Amino acid sequence: MSRQARLYQWGMVIDLDRCTGCGACVVACQAENNVALVDKQRFAEGRNMHWLRIERYWEGEFPHVRARFLPMLCQHCGDAPCEPVCPVYASYHNAEGLNGQVYNRCVGTRYCGNNCPYAVRVFNFLNPDWPEPLPDQLNPDVTVRSRGVMEKCTFCIQRIRRGKETAKNERRLVRDGEIQPACAQTCPPGAIVFGNLADPDSHVARLARSPRRFRLFEDLGTDPSVIYLKGGGHEHAG
Amino acid sequence: MSTPAEPHRDGAAANAAMLSSTGPATWRWYLLALLLGTVVTGGLTAFSYQVMTGMVVTGINRPVMWGIYIVNFVFWVGLSHSGTMVSAILRLSQANWRRPILRGAEAMTVFSIMVGGLFPLIHLGRNWVFYYIIPYPSQYGLWPNFRSPLLWDMMAITTYIIGSSLFLYLGLLPDLAVARDRAAGWRRLALAMLALGWRGTAQQWQTFGRASTVMACLIIPVAVSVHSIVAWDFAVTLVPGWHSTIFPPYFVIGAITSGVAAVITLMIIIRKAFHLEAFLTPLHFDNLAKLLLIVTALWSYFYFAEVFTTWYGHQPIEWEVFSFSAGHYPLLLMIMLLGNSVVPLTCLLWRRVRRSIPALLIISLLVNVAMFIERFLIVVPSLSHKNVPFLWGSYRPSWVELTVMAAAFCGFALLYMLFAKFFPIMAITDVREEHEALRGETVRGRTRLSTLIDEE
Repeated sequence: MSRQARLYQWGMVIDLDRCTGCGACVVACQAENNVALVDKQRFAEGRNMHWLRIERYWEGEFPHVRARFLPMLCQHCGDAPCEPVCPVYASYHNAEGLNGQVYNRCVGTRYCGNNCPYAVRVFNFLNPDWPEPLPDQLNPDVTVRSRGVMEKCTFCIQRIRRGKETAKNERRLVRDGEIQPACAQTCPPGAIVFGNLADPDSHVARLARSPRRFRLFEDLGTDPSVIYLKGGGHEHAG
Repeated sequence: MSTPAEPHRDGAAANAAMLSSTGPATWRWYLLALLLGTVVTGGLTAFSYQVMTGMVVTGINRPVMWGIYIVNFVFWVGLSHSGTMVSAILRLSQANWRRPILRGAEAMTVFSIMVGGLFPLIHLGRNWVFYYIIPYPSQYGLWPNFRSPLLWDMMAITTYIIGSSLFLYLGLLPDLAVARDRAAGWRRLALAMLALGWRGTAQQWQTFGRASTVMACLIIPVAVSVHSIVAWDFAVTLVPGWHSTIFPPYFVIGAITSGVAAVITLMIIIRKAFHLEAFLTPLHFDNLAKLLLIVTALWSYFYFAEVFTTWYGHQPIEWEVFSFSAGHYPLLLMIMLLGNSVVPLTCLLWRRVRRSIPALLIISLLVNVAMFIERFLIVVPSLSHKNVPFLWGSYRPSWVELTVMAAAFCGFALLYMLFAKFFPIMAITDVREEHEALRGETVRGRTRLSTLIDEE
């Protein structure tokens, strides 16, 4: 389907000038999407399951050190490297530009994880386990994944589905800002904006036209749906 | 069982000597089988533990999602190239020295591809639904993804297992008849069934010869495509260090290198174990060693071409992988270069080395150790340092993975032992064919010449 013919083309803008690296989005994502908990030891091994992470890079020499934050999540590539390599179509593309993952279809070759240049796909090395009373806070709209399957950011597809259903019942299109993934909803400085890129007047589409825009590893030709706005800092302020 | 001094003078004795491996099992045979069986059981236990607990028991971790299981997969598929190489190519080029090597190499192909084919299944996160990858009509109405190299893999490996088994079986037919005629009891019955009523008529021989040539022609492209596809598992990805057009020929040459080296190792063991010194002479090892010399030279060329172009281009991401590999695994890199390039390229130039069995044993084992390391250095460093520096990591295999790997080696040896116990491990009819030709004489004036000039 060509892009013009689409009603919805979900996309996200992340303004690095606004990001403070607080990590609220990481926590919100974990709570919303039933992302598995891992204990200290596993975490130290690097087996954490975060769908969204804040990458922190240090710049400069002490004492003139600056931290740079880069929220990294599935970029929902238009031409996603993870999709063609999956032998069972567990990783697939939907008509609204989302990069889907069918947990029940996944056999766990982890090929998609290798081929993702953003390294945002996480693998369930263990069966998830929530100590009491945490099972009570699981989101009923989201599948709990078993061990042996890949998972990653879905742009909170359960919220997109719900928003579209509400709109459909009211015989209208989804309004701008009506659907918010957990990370965007939580972000205190409002660095994350989500919306429909197919609508040129939407907030996200207007921000996406900013001269500060860039996309990660654009040279790889993956056509990501996440657009970053370049962060300033000292040099920016002059 | 003693070997005749001049096997080509005495056909019956030659047959008996070549069938000696199928004699009654000794206590040493049982002991070895028990030992290998124990390790295989250990590997099965470790694998069950992995299935019950999850992939957390392996060393695999983000970003290195493929570990030593995939290294083993590439290694074993590589080993399986020996049989086709030695057998089919040398058959088509009518090199007579191939004859005593044929069977051992073809059997090795079949068993190593069987072992290799298990690894992608072992490494799955959900092994119990592995059949999703097979194209079969199901109630989901869903086919597998034909664009995925893993699907090509599955098809190539299956084709190769079937093709190489047929190739082995076809070559076995007349020999099964020889064994049948000398066996008794249930073995005779089983061999008679397997020999498909071979009587050795002129028409059977003619059909057999034609079929062998056709099979040899068919199996070579299959073998080349199998390892090209294994290479494409890596080359078609976006992973820096993997995304390289040279990979398919490089992998094929690597496969043939490890295959030829493994044939040498195996022939030395067979020769010693079954007292076949009269059949597997230094001439055969000399020729195999020449072959090894050529393929290691080719391997070195491909390796140089790959590293040179990457170094010259010096793209930061790609070069990062290479420098990480050299900085983090300097010892492995050194063993690889010594074993695959320096040692064979210098030592095998000398006829004395090529004809020395102990020297060849060491070199051939070294080549395969180096080839295993080569696969490790292809799979792991590229994944360790991918595009995102925030998520750079490394990989160390866990005891579960190492146990499964040990079980693979022992399982291969066990399969091979069982095969040698029940089937002729030497290509009797092929060897005898040459012997008969050697015995034949033609009259030239007043001299009598052998119809076959000795290849020496």
